[in-house]
Amino acid sequence: MQALNRKLFRDLWRIKGQATAISMVIAVGVLMYIMYLSAFDSLQATRSAYYERQRFAHVFASLKRAPLSLGNRISSIPGVAQAETRVVVDVTLDVEGLEEPATGRLVSIPDRQRQVLNDVVLSSGRYIEAGRPDEVIVSEGFAQAHELRPGSAVRAVLNGRRRELQIVGIGLSPEYIYTIRPGDFLPDDARFGIFWMERRALAAAFDMEGGFNDVALMLMPGAQVEAVIDDLDVLLKPYGGWGAIPRALQLSHWSVENELQGLQGAGIVIPMVFLGVAAFLLHVVLRRIVSVQREQIATLKALGYPNRLLAMHYIQWALAISLLGTLAGTLGGALLGRGMLSMYNEFFRFPNLEYQLQPGVVLGAVVIGVVAAIFGANSAVRQAVKLQPAEAMRPEPPAKFRVSLAERLGLGRLLSQPARIILRNVERQPVRSAITIGGISLSLAILIVGLFSIDSLDLMMDVQFRLAQRQDMQVSFVEAVSPSGIHDLKRLPGVIGAEPTRTVPARIVAGSRARQVSVSGLPELTRLFRVIDISRMEQVPMPRDGIILTSSLAKVLDVAPGDEVTVEALVGRRIVQDVQVAGIIDQYVGLSAYMDIDGVRRLMREGPTLSGGFLAVDTEHLPELFRAIKQTPLIAGSGVKGAALQAFEDTFAENIGIMIFFNVLFASIIAFGVVYNAARVSLAERSRELASLRVMGFRRSEISAILLGELGLLTFLALPLGMLLGYWLSRLLVKAFETELYTIPFTSSSSTYALCALAVVVAAAVSGLIVRRKLDHLDLLEVLKSKE
Amino acid sequence: MTGTAPDAFTTSPAPTGQAASDLVFDVRGVTKIYAMGDVSVHALRGVDLKLHSSEFIVLLGPSGSGKSTLLNILGGLDLPTSGRVSYRGRDLSGAGDSARTEYRRRHVGFVFQFYNLIPSLTAKENVALVTEIARNPLPPAEALGIVGLGDRMNHFPAQMSGGEQQRVAIARAIAKRPDVLLCDEPTGALDISTGIVVLEAIERINRELGTATAVITHNAAVSGIADRVVQLSDGRIVADHRNVEKISARELSW
Repeated sequence: MQALNRKLFRDLWRIKGQATAISMVIAVGVLMYIMYLSAFDSLQATRSAYYERQRFAHVFASLKRAPLSLGNRISSIPGVAQAETRVVVDVTLDVEGLEEPATGRLVSIPDRQRQVLNDVVLSSGRYIEAGRPDEVIVSEGFAQAHELRPGSAVRAVLNGRRRELQIVGIGLSPEYIYTIRPGDFLPDDARFGIFWMERRALAAAFDMEGGFNDVALMLMPGAQVEAVIDDLDVLLKPYGGWGAIPRALQLSHWSVENELQGLQGAGIVIPMVFLGVAAFLLHVVLRRIVSVQREQIATLKALGYPNRLLAMHYIQWALAISLLGTLAGTLGGALLGRGMLSMYNEFFRFPNLEYQLQPGVVLGAVVIGVVAAIFGANSAVRQAVKLQPAEAMRPEPPAKFRVSLAERLGLGRLLSQPARIILRNVERQPVRSAITIGGISLSLAILIVGLFSIDSLDLMMDVQFRLAQRQDMQVSFVEAVSPSGIHDLKRLPGVIGAEPTRTVPARIVAGSRARQVSVSGLPELTRLFRVIDISRMEQVPMPRDGIILTSSLAKVLDVAPGDEVTVEALVGRRIVQDVQVAGIIDQYVGLSAYMDIDGVRRLMREGPTLSGGFLAVDTEHLPELFRAIKQTPLIAGSGVKGAALQAFEDTFAENIGIMIFFNVLFASIIAFGVVYNAARVSLAERSRELASLRVMGFRRSEISAILLGELGLLTFLALPLGMLLGYWLSRLLVKAFETELYTIPFTSSSSTYALCALAVVVAAAVSGLIVRRKLDHLDLLEVLKSKE
Repeated sequence: MTGTAPDAFTTSPAPTGQAASDLVFDVRGVTKIYAMGDVSVHALRGVDLKLHSSEFIVLLGPSGSGKSTLLNILGGLDLPTSGRVSYRGRDLSGAGDSARTEYRRRHVGFVFQFYNLIPSLTAKENVALVTEIARNPLPPAEALGIVGLGDRMNHFPAQMSGGEQQRVAIARAIAKRPDVLLCDEPTGALDISTGIVVLEAIERINRELGTATAVITHNAAVSGIADRVVQLSDGRIVADHRNVEKISARELSW
């Protein structure tokens, strides 16, 4: 065995270039696996510990106002372990250094003890003190965006009165791991912050003394969430309940959960591609090695080595290559997993997001590495075992060839002899040619899958911000105002145009299905905020009667145009009315419903009211406008389009750059590994043939053209296949990621395809050139002297 | 595929006098030392040899005597360590790789013990491989006709016997109308009767095309078909004599 091991090491050393190329492909697969799954584990473990420690609630509900005494009845719903009533209000903030107004969500907390549920974790400063009504704890993201520290102050408009909120602590909550302003498309830490404030002070400011407008529930183990929600909705309905939601639909939880699922999916699917390619490469290389070593195998058999040992010997080749890759991949994966986690720190706020690499994940990596090795070695091992010693001592007969397809089709006369050599070689070994083509096209597909999301995002941004939301700013009033409100908006400094909206939270019911959404009432044809059907990329005019639903909402409700749905307004007199579905449109962001503005007003039994407006603004007057809005108590919130877009692009530009870099790197490793191995195997098999040509007077460039021409042909064939594969995989991915709330558009620009193809061609060319250098050093005499 | 590189071996007339104009190879004091790891092997220890056009010589000697090394140097596959080799008055021993490639391309036909056919090409295509890059070649069919394979032109190497494969190799070597035909153990892998057929082909080419021919063998019986027999041993020429009575390959036996 010792001698056989020594042979293994020396043989491996001889093929170190190829072994390294395959190891790298395995390393990348393992790296991805470790990176994604360790990030998944870390996030999940951190999250569940966080939820547990801070007692994150299971059910959430908002309402208009209920007396505190209702809290006891909520607590006694079967299955409820604990209930915490709260006051939650969104207000306009005036922050030093930020021209435009920001939105603050004030959440009440008890002053004498900690919260029962959704407890805040202090990252610095202290908890609020009783009897100091202006003290607040601010969310960490907002504090960091504005460099707020304990001792800083933020001005806010509370129910029409300006107040100075004193920051005493910076905090985090399991309820706001992912913080996004309701209705916003993108998170923006600078413009949306959470403020935890003493309950009595907050209640006093909003006439909520002795009452609450929000409740969170912790359930007993085994409680039926749906049943509790039904009971809670019944209790809250008379008090303007908006419909309770389970933890699964809580925005922060839902976002983190989605991301976790994405990580887990990616961590399983992507490594499979790499390891599959690696197994095929091992297969080709080991088959070659066994056929070169047939005399050695025969000799070993003649010496009495049993098949079992010989099989183990060739499996060990594969294992050695695979374990090297697994080791490198594990180290790299741990490194990149850590980096990935710190990237998540920008989007998800945890008190301490700690990286952990579970031994189970590492074990998994080793197992998949071993499985890939065994798959790769399988056919070569069988080939070695099958070999009869006497037969193996003789050289292999010359390879059988036949006339290629192109020639059988009558194109033969157009071909030079070298071209024939290329075509017939490709055809003679269809499996190997297919593996090469498959490997190269997979690398291209991986690249496309990695990069198409950028195109998709571009398109989404473009449609969302340049086609649909063409307003510069949007404002909402504390409550619906009279028609003069639109004139008030137009009179604000810098406003050059304004369009009204009457938006109402409502519950849309169709049979047994129901969803709570915002129904936006808009004028028939708008110029600023336009409802776009993305399947036609056209503006949808508001119908005189009826309601327009997004396709995902229509799917949830299982309705088609012409069906009736029941719209139940969740504010005002809570009028319930049947409305016909006038149309179904596709949009990127999920569950929305639109009506003519007068339709909403009729539904509300109101005159020509509006709840907010979309503004076109002369940017030169923006500072004045912001000042004016900050001082208008009636305006509850506002959003500035450019700011949101900028914040998004700042955050994502860097991450996307990193993503492109790694994608190109990893895909290139596959392309390189595949082409390099194919070239080395061809070179090894055909060095005699190529040397013969050199002897006959063929130049180096001419024999290189034969060897590299074959690889070039395979690469060329792989390109369209890879593009198609990339297209399909991307589509599949888009479908897989589609949720009720988001539809990622599928698009990919031809420049992305071109870039990806170029990267693959460059990787292939580099490996080809490395092999070409070997070809230049072909020892003509050595090759011709020996028998194959 | 026709080459365009300058060919130092045909562009100017031989600088030596009229008497030497039929001199193809002039080998003077050639040595060759191979470094094989830590030991150096003296393959040639000072060889002088002249070969004239239309001449048929056999290089005879045991394995390791240096005959293959000499043939490779003549064919431009290898360079001497010292000494001078000229082909029609042009120095081969100092020629660079691309000059030697062009030299092989224009003037040399090689035949080896193990045929070295391209397995993916048929007999005719293997010959065409050379005729496509040569200046004034024979048609492939004609070259194959000379070696008696006119009816096997469309067979792949895997479909032919060893003797047939070797005759394809010969056809391939002569199709460019080379000035010299260098054969290294052309019958080494063949049985007697097949070997004789192959030697007949070589003989016929030398006779009909006037190609200067050097054949290596360690089989002394073969030497009867040559004009001249050069015997090597341990890197030196130990005998060089003309065959008084040249016999035809058909008369050989071993």
